[in-house]
Amino acid sequence: MQYIYAFITGGIICALSQILIDKTKLTPARILTSYVVLGVILAAIGVYKPLVDWAGAGATVPLLGFGYTLAEGVKTAVSDSGLLGALTGGAKAAAGGISAAVFFGLLTALLFKPADKS
Amino acid sequence: MELTPQEYQQLVQKHVKPSPLGKDMLWAFVVGGGICVLGQGILDFWKAAGLNEKDAATATSITLIGLSALLTGLHLYEKLAKYAGAGTLVPITGFSNSVASPALEFKSEGFVLGTAAKMFTIAGPVIVYGISASIVYGIILVILGAL
Repeated sequence: MQYIYAFITGGIICALSQILIDKTKLTPARILTSYVVLGVILAAIGVYKPLVDWAGAGATVPLLGFGYTLAEGVKTAVSDSGLLGALTGGAKAAAGGISAAVFFGLLTALLFKPADKS
Repeated sequence: MELTPQEYQQLVQKHVKPSPLGKDMLWAFVVGGGICVLGQGILDFWKAAGLNEKDAATATSITLIGLSALLTGLHLYEKLAKYAGAGTLVPITGFSNSVASPALEFKSEGFVLGTAAKMFTIAGPVIVYGISASIVYGIILVILGAL
């Protein structure tokens, strides 16, 4: 069942985003940036966690889930170390994803050829 | 033939193709949903391998990011993205693609100002506003906790 919930939830988030792409002039950079910030806000007001519990990867894989990860990280860090945690929590929780994107991005550039500009 | 702007508008409307929004949304739904199902499979794999909930989630993101970078290098991700639109943009694989793709394409401008600088064209703003939003949330939590 988890797989069906993941498919439906992830699918709906992406289909709604397609409306933004087709009907507004928002660039991909703006959409992704908005989603991460929106994910932080939705997690902060407590509505994203229930969605994650229900949909699993359907809620964590879209970039909204990246915002959720940031918010959860900050929450834990603040309860552990107060104001210092407010600064370290988000980056700590996102470290795996950011480091992987940077390192695999560099590897891609080293190992592959750019597309033909024809 | 003289046309007023209104008549021209009507003429254009008649010949313009019907909006492909429905088709685009279906593609986005199927591919985006599919990537999430793949993510769920990877998550379950890491949990079965003995990782706790939090580590399994991180490992899943890293695995998806690695897969997407590989597909970007093979120029397959952009082919899928042509049809899938938001379906390939919004999942974390789209974030990875937004890093790996300029890293590769701007290699010709050098590994410092090309690859390394350009990989942050989209990821940079995402990180700046994502981290900043989390810090604001953290400060709010600290203030609420002190009240």
